[in-house]
Amino acid sequence: MTAEKKTVSIYVMGKQSEVPYGVTIMKAMEYAGYRFIRGCGCRGGFCGACGTVYRKPGNFRLKVGLACATMVEDGMHLTQIPFYPANKAVYNLEALEPTLGTLLKYYPEITRCLGCNQCTRICPQELPVMNYIATAQRGDIEATAHQSFDCIMCGLCASRCPAEIVQYNVGILARRLYGRHIAPRAKHLAERVDEIRAGKFDAELDRLMQMSKEELQKLYNARDIEQ
Amino acid sequence: MYTPEMLRLIEVVEQTREKRLQETFPRLTAEEKTNLLRSYHPDYMEGAMRPLKIGPNAGEKLPHAYVDLFESRSMIDADGLSLDDIAYDVDVLVIGGGGAGTAAALLAAEEGADVLLVTKLRHGDANTMMAEGGIQAADKENDSPALHYLDAMGGGGFYNIPELVRALVNDAPLCIQWLESLGCMFSKYPDGTMNTIHGGGTSRKRMHFAHDYTGAEIMRTLRDEARNRGIKVVEFSPAVELIKDERGQCAGAVLYNLETEQFLVARAKTVIIATGGSGRLHINDSPTTNHYGATADGLVIAYRAGAKLIYLDATQFHPTGVAFPEQIVGQLVTEKVRGLGAQLVNIDGEQFIYPLETRDAVSSAIIRECRERQKGIPVPSGYGVWLDSPMIEIIHGKGTIEKELPAMFRQYIRFGINMAEQPILVYPTLHYQNGGILINEFAETQVPNLYVAGEASGGVHGRNRLMGNSLLDIIVFGRRAGKNAAQKAKTVQLGKLTLEHVRRYNEELAKQGLGQRVAPILLPDYRGKISG
Repeated sequence: MTAEKKTVSIYVMGKQSEVPYGVTIMKAMEYAGYRFIRGCGCRGGFCGACGTVYRKPGNFRLKVGLACATMVEDGMHLTQIPFYPANKAVYNLEALEPTLGTLLKYYPEITRCLGCNQCTRICPQELPVMNYIATAQRGDIEATAHQSFDCIMCGLCASRCPAEIVQYNVGILARRLYGRHIAPRAKHLAERVDEIRAGKFDAELDRLMQMSKEELQKLYNARDIEQ
Repeated sequence: MYTPEMLRLIEVVEQTREKRLQETFPRLTAEEKTNLLRSYHPDYMEGAMRPLKIGPNAGEKLPHAYVDLFESRSMIDADGLSLDDIAYDVDVLVIGGGGAGTAAALLAAEEGADVLLVTKLRHGDANTMMAEGGIQAADKENDSPALHYLDAMGGGGFYNIPELVRALVNDAPLCIQWLESLGCMFSKYPDGTMNTIHGGGTSRKRMHFAHDYTGAEIMRTLRDEARNRGIKVVEFSPAVELIKDERGQCAGAVLYNLETEQFLVARAKTVIIATGGSGRLHINDSPTTNHYGATADGLVIAYRAGAKLIYLDATQFHPTGVAFPEQIVGQLVTEKVRGLGAQLVNIDGEQFIYPLETRDAVSSAIIRECRERQKGIPVPSGYGVWLDSPMIEIIHGKGTIEKELPAMFRQYIRFGINMAEQPILVYPTLHYQNGGILINEFAETQVPNLYVAGEASGGVHGRNRLMGNSLLDIIVFGRRAGKNAAQKAKTVQLGKLTLEHVRRYNEELAKQGLGQRVAPILLPDYRGKISG
């Protein structure tokens, strides 16, 4: 049987559809006639809109993937989880201290982690989710920030957590604390901002704005390029 | 997983790699670049465009997909819909929940305005989220806003509007500092110095990044901040028409709740359109890197309200879209891959273009290499060329790709291709709307009290945007739009609301025998197809 002709059966929330083999769940559902309102976003693995859970016949394991990046398999029973209620703390980042106390104040439930590792198992980005909750429990904000960095906030971790932790919101709090209060500020950036505010480049920009296309083109073609 | 034939061709690439590591392909002269674009850029393809028959830009040639939209009738019955039943009444209405819209909402709120942000999908569902490579700002000692100005003008073919470019380059470091203060995790050296690299067409290494999740990092940070500040957001409710008042000022929008299918009236003293681009129109039937929601809704409603368009005939094809595997054809391979040293290579293992020419030129060169010179590599959807990603590991050390390009690495390893060890196949893909609704440096349109920011706007990038100037654009003009719209709102007196402009537009369509279709389309329709 050639690849183009081969089809597989998938069951979207129980309803059977015959779809081409070798395509993603997202494209297969569209082929089957679905037009997404929820459950579809960037279609490229960045936005977390299309978290999907599925099971295959004869296997008790619950599997997971992004619909835009997971291929259909014969007999797959699936549903998308485009939204999952989450607890999001509201804070004034500027006034916060990058400490364990801050994490515990806003997300005290992180201490309830049972260590079951379901969050790590379900993460479609394959992040060490339970680990970064453990580093958060220790107040290691830098480690939590880096380990959670590739998170797309799809919410599947929170959907599985028996301790009712919203891991991805803990992650973004840690990252913003790290970016604002721990990572050293860029000195060259602050200096450039001061220079701009003092009008250091205004005259040169004025001059460029007045130039004809030909004059600009000449400058452009002659400009030196950093190696 | 590569086919055996592809694996054999990879050996050719490997054989020339050592030699190519020492080799710099000559840059194009200005004349060579012009000729290359004229002969191979899709903008110049015969039959790709037709003249628009209606509205402020009537008579100008645009790609068919845009003309189809502008010659479509409204979704709503302008006579039947009551504007007295007001669901939302605010100072500033922001339409669009991507980077530009969210930056605008934050700044408008900071000015004390009562802000409502409405968006078609979820807050943060936008091309911003997918921008991988970086954001430009001239903040290093050897760089200056003037050099950034020159690069942006040259990249845009010198068609850019000078006032807009000046705003872009001048605000750039201010915006990076704003993002830094919001906790964006830019890639930095231990002492805090920003790690910056080249992008296509830059004369200085001014591309700031956060691994290859730069846009995602910016988007989720801005969204988190908007949630902390309590900004009102209504999701799954695109604007399908602008509302004016009897004096011709923009005065709000008709929203359409995608889930309940109800129309809702939002009245506002000022309106900001930040609806992003139009890749999902699939201009020239091209695959696209764009978000599901990129359907030019904002252009349609602004055009009916009398706003002028500029450079909408200039479409950006990103040189390196995925050409293989088939499942992800058209998706983005960030320019950062070339920024880190990967070369473009043909079937014989030879370079054919300097990898960091501007995007229009690199795309054209790839098309020439495949179409005219027949040196592309066959793939199921046509052909592609090699992007020799393993070079990055040789130049910067083993493990660099997983560390600096985690999203790219993940995108390929899911399909059994390890881009740290094997080159990848790429072909140009529809990426960016270079033009849009004409604005000035205050983000104002020609319609009173209507502002536009981000990809929906036109003029700042001329006819070709440089890498890293779009994430910059959305922050610079998002902030400007938010601040100016909020300040303006303090003095606005609204009269009676009307959809007269929509009624007249529909009449004009009918007179010309147009208006069979309905727009905005809101969502692409892939039912029964394998697409996008």
